[in-house]
Amino acid sequence: MTETRTIKISPITRIEGHASIAIELDDAGNVADSKVHFQSIRGFEKFVEGKPAEELPRIVTRICGICPWHHHVAANKAVDRCFGVKPPPAGQKLRELIQTIAQAEDKLLHFFFLAAADFVIGPDADYAVRNVIGVAKANPDLAKKVVQMRYKAKMMIEKFAGKAIHPVAAVTGGFAKAMTEEDRKLMLEGMREIYDFARFTIDFAKKDIFPKYMDAIQSLGVINTGFIGTVDSAGALNLYDGKIRLMKADGSYTDFDVQDYTDYLGEHVPSWSYGKFPYAKSWKEGFSLDIDNPKGIYRSNTLARINVADHMATPAAQEELEEFRQLFGRPAQATLLYHYARLIEEVYACEHAIEMLEDPEITDPNVRAEAEPKAGRGVGCVEAPRGTLIHDYSTDDNGLITRANMIVGTTHNLGPINMSVDQAARSLIKDGHVDEGILNKVEMAVRAYDP
Amino acid sequence: MAAKVASDWLNACSGCEIAIVDMGERLLTVLDLVEFVHLPALMDHKYYGQMGDGAHLSFPEADLGIISGSIKNEEHLEVALEMRKKCGAIIALGTCATHGGIPALANSWSNDELFTRYYSTETTDPCDAVPADGVPPLLENVSALDEKINVDIYLPGCPPHPDQVFGALAAFLEGKTPELPTKSVCDTCPTKREGKGKIGKLRRFLQAPQYKGADEPLDQMRCLLEQGILCMGPVTRAGCGGDGVVPRCISARVPCRGCYGPVQPGGNQRLDMLNALASNGIDPASLPETVSMLRFSGGHGMLKPARR
Repeated sequence: MTETRTIKISPITRIEGHASIAIELDDAGNVADSKVHFQSIRGFEKFVEGKPAEELPRIVTRICGICPWHHHVAANKAVDRCFGVKPPPAGQKLRELIQTIAQAEDKLLHFFFLAAADFVIGPDADYAVRNVIGVAKANPDLAKKVVQMRYKAKMMIEKFAGKAIHPVAAVTGGFAKAMTEEDRKLMLEGMREIYDFARFTIDFAKKDIFPKYMDAIQSLGVINTGFIGTVDSAGALNLYDGKIRLMKADGSYTDFDVQDYTDYLGEHVPSWSYGKFPYAKSWKEGFSLDIDNPKGIYRSNTLARINVADHMATPAAQEELEEFRQLFGRPAQATLLYHYARLIEEVYACEHAIEMLEDPEITDPNVRAEAEPKAGRGVGCVEAPRGTLIHDYSTDDNGLITRANMIVGTTHNLGPINMSVDQAARSLIKDGHVDEGILNKVEMAVRAYDP
Repeated sequence: MAAKVASDWLNACSGCEIAIVDMGERLLTVLDLVEFVHLPALMDHKYYGQMGDGAHLSFPEADLGIISGSIKNEEHLEVALEMRKKCGAIIALGTCATHGGIPALANSWSNDELFTRYYSTETTDPCDAVPADGVPPLLENVSALDEKINVDIYLPGCPPHPDQVFGALAAFLEGKTPELPTKSVCDTCPTKREGKGKIGKLRRFLQAPQYKGADEPLDQMRCLLEQGILCMGPVTRAGCGGDGVVPRCISARVPCRGCYGPVQPGGNQRLDMLNALASNGIDPASLPETVSMLRFSGGHGMLKPARR
């Protein structure tokens, strides 16, 4: 005997944002509806108005404490365009280098600290042990290695760039300081060690984790959508700069310049979430979250980038991509594959950081061009860990912000997260049977997106 | 018997939690010494029971509650009040919790103005109403934690340096009150001050400061304020360098912007800075605006909507 009721999963845990899930059961105990409520609204688009544009890269970092480097760099790119200043090559390279190292440590954070407990301890385990603390107790040596590697990455950044969280070292016109030969050697040594750990991590996951969860990978939270990501002129994944590639679920795609993003992307306002739901306006099919017939829905973040890229620009990551595509095709749709894609990207980020640190130009002392405040408009974009991150600013004659629009990496995935949760809830909750393990699996559909 | 700790994030960005995670191997030491009973970033304890069927938001009892973020909506307030009830001591972690932080810049506008912009950007489809189904209503403004509940320990910083987070936790576990620096950023800054120069005006940070190159030690570089670049060091609490002491932003050759909040708990960074400039004969009108001087400490009624 069941009755109509609502299950409230609040807060969704082991994610970065503030969100809850409401699952409505009908009187037969099956899912009538499920919604993800994104509860955060802070008003950045409004409260940056009137501020000097060159200060924005030191303000908008607080949109996210996990990926502040990406906001910092995207904002600097937008301000450069407003003021019409072009950073010298070494200034650009330093921005890209630190962003790439930040990307690498972020992947380790998510995989080990947030996601791993579901796979290493198990999705049905008691919540008191199904967490990083439980993982650390079960694998003390691995836990030690993980914290050492992340600490190494963060301290490398702090030593060179002053602040690792809420950075300050990228500035209008380039970078605030040049890299010394000593800095370069230390970072290179550190990144080689982190690269070895990245290789260990993906091998460990391919051997001990993914095979055990192949059923879940093929079913949990699976939806059919398009994808968005950034590629270079040769079609390789690029985290720092390039063309935006918007791919449909059938694999066909359009490349566009991010300055034209308003022609391609729209944002739908749902009644149950402060967070807006972006969709592909250029597909001209409208917006719908219907699992069987979604309209305008595309996804961002690691799986999206791996899907839109023709290839990876570094050798080990390319080998991993080939192996992944043999197994899952292109575009791969299974939501839990975000974790696999995350580890491929981790390998790429480490390889690419090493490449950049081996480039003698990285220590060129010319890192900053002078700028003058003026009226203008600029769109700055990078691939943040969670997706294509867009900062769009306008300035007045004094170089003060008159208008700002931002589409943040995770925002692209808010609609798809709703769909994956709905899919997971409907397939797991039947005839009133629901338990803690089932509810955690519904959350796993969210965690894959690392929102 | 391990100390029980509950931690939550309110109107926050997660940077403070990452600062905890960035303690390196010290994190494993902490995890051995405490038992987390609620920590949404890393563990799955739920507000309404593990089956989502509770009627009220409820926390387990804890010896220590760590709260990051300011208070901006009804759920933030509910969580703060519940934690105050269930926790022996409360730490306000980070400048959002201690002074409002960057999100308190929103206090210069009404909620209607924030919503109107956010829901009518270039990319946003027209909508009839602000979302209200299942999302917590906003409060009138962004408050620092102690505007709503009693706070026992203040740990400012955006974010606090991992060294200080560890120091505070270690002190608490030994039954002591963590001691924070009471000096200003200037007091701990190694750059060269040559006394009152004839600056007169400040310039925006659009050209590099003068120094001989990346190899030159910081103590050879002239104070950025004396170079005519706004630096909030005089009115900002020290500590951002952690055990390394050197102010973090200065070490990157960029000026301080005040992220540790005012030197004195009730200080007004904007007023204090304007006074400091005036007493040195510097014309504040040479700056394009000064509201940003309160970018970290706009709680406690410091920033309010202008009459428009």
